[in-house]
Amino acid sequence: MKSLGSIRRSFAPWADPASKPFISVKNVTKRFGDFTAVDDLSLDIYTREFFALLGASGCGKSTLLRMLAGFEQPTSGEIILDGQSLAGIPPYRRPVNMMFQSYALFPHMTVENNIAFGLKQDGMPKADIAARVAQMLKLVKLEKFSQRKPHQLSGGQRQRVALARSLAKRPKVLLLDEPLGALDKKLREETQFELMDLQQELGLTFVVVTHDQEEAMTMADRIAVMSHGKVIQVATPAEIYEAPNSRFVADFIGDVNIFEGAVSGAEGGYVRLEGANGFPIRMASPERPAAGARSAVAVRPEKIRVSRQPPANAPVNAVQGEIWDIGYLGDMTVFHVRLKDGRVIKASSLNAVRAVEDPLGYDQEVWVSFGEDAGVVLKD
Amino acid sequence: MTRVASALFSRLVIIIPYAWLLFFFLIPFFIVFRISLSQTAVAMPPYTPVFDLFGGLSGIVEKAREFSFDNYVWLTEDVLYFNAYVSSVIIAAISTLLTLLIAYPIAYGMAKAPKTVRPTLLMLVILPFWTSFLIRVYAWIAILKPEGLLNQFLLATGVIDQPLIILNTNWAIYIGIVYSYLPFMVLPIYSSLEKMDHTLTEAALDLGCTPFTAFWRVTFPLSLAGVVAGCLLVFIPAVGEFVIPDLLGGSETLMIGKTLWNEFNANRDWPVSSAVATILLLILVLPIVYFQNAQAKADSEGR
Amino acid sequence: MGTWSRFNIASIVLGFGFLYLPIVLLVIFSFNESKLVTVWAGFSTKWYAQLLHNQALLDAAWVTIRVALISATCATVLGTLAALALVRYTRFRGRMLFSGMVYAPLVMPEVITGLSLLLLFVAIGLDRGFWTITLAHITFTMCFVAVVVQSRLLSFDRSIEEAALDLGATPVRTFFAITLPVIAPAVFSGWVLAFTLSLDDLVISSFTTGPGATTLPMKIYSQVRLGVTPEINAICTILIGVVAIGVVVASIVTKQREAQRERDERAAFAQS
Repeated sequence: MKSLGSIRRSFAPWADPASKPFISVKNVTKRFGDFTAVDDLSLDIYTREFFALLGASGCGKSTLLRMLAGFEQPTSGEIILDGQSLAGIPPYRRPVNMMFQSYALFPHMTVENNIAFGLKQDGMPKADIAARVAQMLKLVKLEKFSQRKPHQLSGGQRQRVALARSLAKRPKVLLLDEPLGALDKKLREETQFELMDLQQELGLTFVVVTHDQEEAMTMADRIAVMSHGKVIQVATPAEIYEAPNSRFVADFIGDVNIFEGAVSGAEGGYVRLEGANGFPIRMASPERPAAGARSAVAVRPEKIRVSRQPPANAPVNAVQGEIWDIGYLGDMTVFHVRLKDGRVIKASSLNAVRAVEDPLGYDQEVWVSFGEDAGVVLKD
Repeated sequence: MTRVASALFSRLVIIIPYAWLLFFFLIPFFIVFRISLSQTAVAMPPYTPVFDLFGGLSGIVEKAREFSFDNYVWLTEDVLYFNAYVSSVIIAAISTLLTLLIAYPIAYGMAKAPKTVRPTLLMLVILPFWTSFLIRVYAWIAILKPEGLLNQFLLATGVIDQPLIILNTNWAIYIGIVYSYLPFMVLPIYSSLEKMDHTLTEAALDLGCTPFTAFWRVTFPLSLAGVVAGCLLVFIPAVGEFVIPDLLGGSETLMIGKTLWNEFNANRDWPVSSAVATILLLILVLPIVYFQNAQAKADSEGR
Repeated sequence: MGTWSRFNIASIVLGFGFLYLPIVLLVIFSFNESKLVTVWAGFSTKWYAQLLHNQALLDAAWVTIRVALISATCATVLGTLAALALVRYTRFRGRMLFSGMVYAPLVMPEVITGLSLLLLFVAIGLDRGFWTITLAHITFTMCFVAVVVQSRLLSFDRSIEEAALDLGATPVRTFFAITLPVIAPAVFSGWVLAFTLSLDDLVISSFTTGPGATTLPMKIYSQVRLGVTPEINAICTILIGVVAIGVVVASIVTKQREAQRERDERAAFAQS
């Protein structure tokens, strides 16, 4: 088996205009009474993709997933799976299976019968069912627990049973609703990688709904960031993080400092801003906004330097302040630097060595600065 | 001082209701059993070995010699009693089944109702329970009579051309029991359906069940606890029912509650009615114990 | 949860029709001019007027109400204690027997309860009458109160009691200042349930009564045996009316209180 990385690196069907999407969501709207849960949403998901729907609760991501599963019907628009419209097809005739957030294990059945449940509905011969169940139990490493009832299992084991049950029918698409939400942090991180390996091994298409950005970043090939029933950005995790297309996405994913200002000029792939915090900004940007327009630059904390001496190009992309808070996180240290106008800037630095001579301390006068390609010029 | 008061308080919480139930619920059963072993007499109270709390041990031993199982022998010799027990159990079982068949769709519909409507529906199911049992049974007489409202309606609409004879038959008893005990069946089934995680049904649909198979393989098995509780709540009291067979049933309808009442009030035979009650209790002891265990289990799960 | 299908709605409509139609018919025919309860002969309230002159009936009603008031109140105290014992003390000697004695009366055929209590009263030489009926009613209704209060106690957040203890209240003070106010609605509905059960009871009262203590259901029963009359319909209608108004008013009050609390919470949330 090839390592995950080698497969991942070359996997980008969305960039290839010749490849056809496996799932096509076309202008789908879903209303519940006055409330619009999903608003004219379009998306393409490709075969063998690990696709994440990311957003705060109430953004419509779960409703979209439930429409894929067939529990909700779109108010308008349609969903196409493998060239076939899903309109009017009930959940029990769709080649997709779902892993529920609550796991929805049948409490009156053993682990074995839970996993066999879907196969029995298909009328599979008994011997084949037994073989498939054994295979699934092995896959999720629960061979010893086949005769237990769900209430006799730990949270992690229940999660595996739910996964095995939804995979047993070999669905074309597996839908996962907050699959790791009920697990504790450590188990969640382990399971993230197991899910990725499993997806590669079985060659399935996964659509996962999550509100946890780290989870989405770790697992997904592409992420759709959703808000108020609309997709704000669909891109790979790196693009989402380093090149958010909007202030919403920049703010939603990770920590960010946003510097506002008025455009004073643009030349040779760089934009100049008269910063609202009293220092000029020069930032690389493919766009060329008109002079005088309001704009903003987003810079991640780890791309901001904190130093006692003024940087070479000061005052461009550099400003003075005093250290207001220091948070030591082990792998890195977070500084909150307060500017003269009261604005607090977040910066973080990696603790690459165990002890630093003369470390920065509280109330010290420092410079914060960033490079000309450290941030993104936001459109809105 | 306060510690003593607290300790006393927690003791009293248990002791007061415990003592009350022991004295007014449990001990009376032993008295019933004792009197079932004594002889009938024309006196007040109408039986011979009068229970004497202050007679001391020797008094009890002396009285014990006079005990006899004559009343039980009498019960076995008269086929009337045997038939009454059997037909009570059969009538109660049929009525329980009919109640279940009617109550389940109602409970299911209530559990499926929008959340805002459910409290109102619940109140509507409970409300008849608050009105007198006697009145509700009485209301059916006017409906089921040969010249009653049901026959008037059916004759007028042309469904039948001869009045149906329902009153004073077993059918009237079934209707009466189903009607009177319906809320007892609906409520436990509703509560087991209502607290069920509806994603379980979705999971079954997702795994290929049609709505019908999803119901039979997931919803119904998971509501069994409510079904069993409801059936026991109907069956046990129905076996000993008196008012319904007395008002709606015919003269040939045999039910043990009615027999006991007649034995007691008309014949004034206390020992025989005690024996009848003792055997009725023995018949019902298994379902009652089962009901208690189910109830206690449900409580410990709710904890 | 899911959709409310036509089948669901139909079963509810039919079921509720079955539950309410007989009562509605009974009420309608209490206003019948004719003595026949199955043939409508015009509207009249004369049967109600007759009731007011039936002294025996009014006496029976008064006995019934007094029995119900006293027995419901005592049963509420005993039942609440029993519920506390069941929920709070999971381990004490004879707990199995105790819980058995609380649940068994819920399903026990009334003829057995009635007969056994009568024989107890005879054995201890208690004169039968008003007080024996009351004692009997306390015994069987307290178990219903216990079940109602118990279900509320099971969902009770015990940390608020612990907070009271932590702030220095004795267990007794905690019970009266914290626990009782919180479970008060359940205790109240337990009382109402005990009251109506006592009001309705025929079989147990008949067994445990003595000379001079006739309750309303006993009176109704002896008349019903003689046949259906509009006069009985009229008594029944009054009883149904009293109970229905009581229950509906109580539920509207609780609903309004809940709605008020929800509004307050929302307002508080909006302010913060």
